[in-house]
Amino acid sequence: MISNSFLINLLRFTLLVLVQVLIFNRLNLFGYINPFIYVLFIYWYPVKKNRTTFLIVSFLLGFFIDVFSDTLAINAAATATIAYFRPVIMRFVFGVNYEFQSFKLNSITKAQQFTFLALLIVIHHVTYFTLEIFSFANSLLILQKTLMTGLASLVLCLLFISLFSTKKE
Amino acid sequence: MQQIINFLIRYKTFLLYIFLLLIAFVFTFQSHSYQQSKLLNSANYVSGSFYELSTNTTSYFKLREENKSLLKENETLRHQLYNKETTVISKIDTSLSYTVVTGQVVKNSFSNQRNYITINKGKTDNIAQDMGVITDKGILGIVENTSNAFASVQSILNDKSRINAKIKNSNHYGSLVWDTKSYTKVQLIDIPRLAPLGIGDTILTGASSSIFPENIPIGTISKFDLDSSKSFYFIDVALFNDMTNIKNVYIIQSLNRKEIIELELETQADD
Repeated sequence: MISNSFLINLLRFTLLVLVQVLIFNRLNLFGYINPFIYVLFIYWYPVKKNRTTFLIVSFLLGFFIDVFSDTLAINAAATATIAYFRPVIMRFVFGVNYEFQSFKLNSITKAQQFTFLALLIVIHHVTYFTLEIFSFANSLLILQKTLMTGLASLVLCLLFISLFSTKKE
Repeated sequence: MQQIINFLIRYKTFLLYIFLLLIAFVFTFQSHSYQQSKLLNSANYVSGSFYELSTNTTSYFKLREENKSLLKENETLRHQLYNKETTVISKIDTSLSYTVVTGQVVKNSFSNQRNYITINKGKTDNIAQDMGVITDKGILGIVENTSNAFASVQSILNDKSRINAKIKNSNHYGSLVWDTKSYTKVQLIDIPRLAPLGIGDTILTGASSSIFPENIPIGTISKFDLDSSKSFYFIDVALFNDMTNIKNVYIIQSLNRKEIIELELETQADD
């Protein structure tokens, strides 16, 4: 039986790819900043699901973005990396209680939400720009791009999260 | 044996991660050295159609501007035509060396290290790898991959790009490369020190390129300096094209290219 959560994730996957490729890859803020909002998929993905599936799905997400934006397989590598490190980050941010049944993403505090997202984005962007530029001589350029694009991604992702949040006020 | 299996089960997520990373690396680095991988480019059917759909929608709002720029180009061409001293009544020309096909950009990019542009002409329009792509203002790039209806073009804003170029009114030529810093500037290297040049000089494509015809405009010199060996110039070239705003392009097929390459290979083999 196809579950509700599967459909939601499939829809989210498709929409995020399209929004990323058709809108945010063309943004070119200040000439070179293109925020990556598809990181939200990793943020929103259910906690309890099988890790193997999660890794493969994340890899595919990055791969689709790559095919659309001619970036070889850089997005795929970066997305697989944050998908792999997500449990570690979650344990760091939420403590051990995220493993309990009652844990829900929309019950966390604003500060936790921010730290979790920021860590995901930082790891993603560092991997991405290191692979894209691929030389340590340019580590300053890597840092600069990570910082600028990371900030833009962070702000946009936070906006998206509050826009689609299901929390009742 | 039991232990090996236990180990595999225990670290299966990690091993899967390493495996996926390895796949990504193979795709990435295989194409660093040679052609971009056949699968991973936006000239495939699915992404090409998506981009075409989105361009069709957005391009409607720019029609007026496009019209103006096409009229302007026509004006220039007519000006040249009427001012030719003898009107060329071409004989039945059997020695055509270039054919031109028009196309439109469906996806442009200029903020990465390696930028590719996707255009809406492909194999069915006889587009093949290594054809030159230009606009009315200057050069744009070289066709890298084709599918039936689309082609991806390696932009001059790509750190793998190397195009033969020269300074107008001189035959000193060098290579056009990109330092990935700004999308309005590319760099011309390997021009010998004794070449006369000044700021504002025009840079054109050179004669030893078998892809582009000679004398297609590229840009003007905005800054020049000697490189570390002190015997060659390192020149910043401000592009004529606004790389962020490109719509109509011309794809140029050189009919002599095959012959030139065969001849060059033969000569090298003789050495």
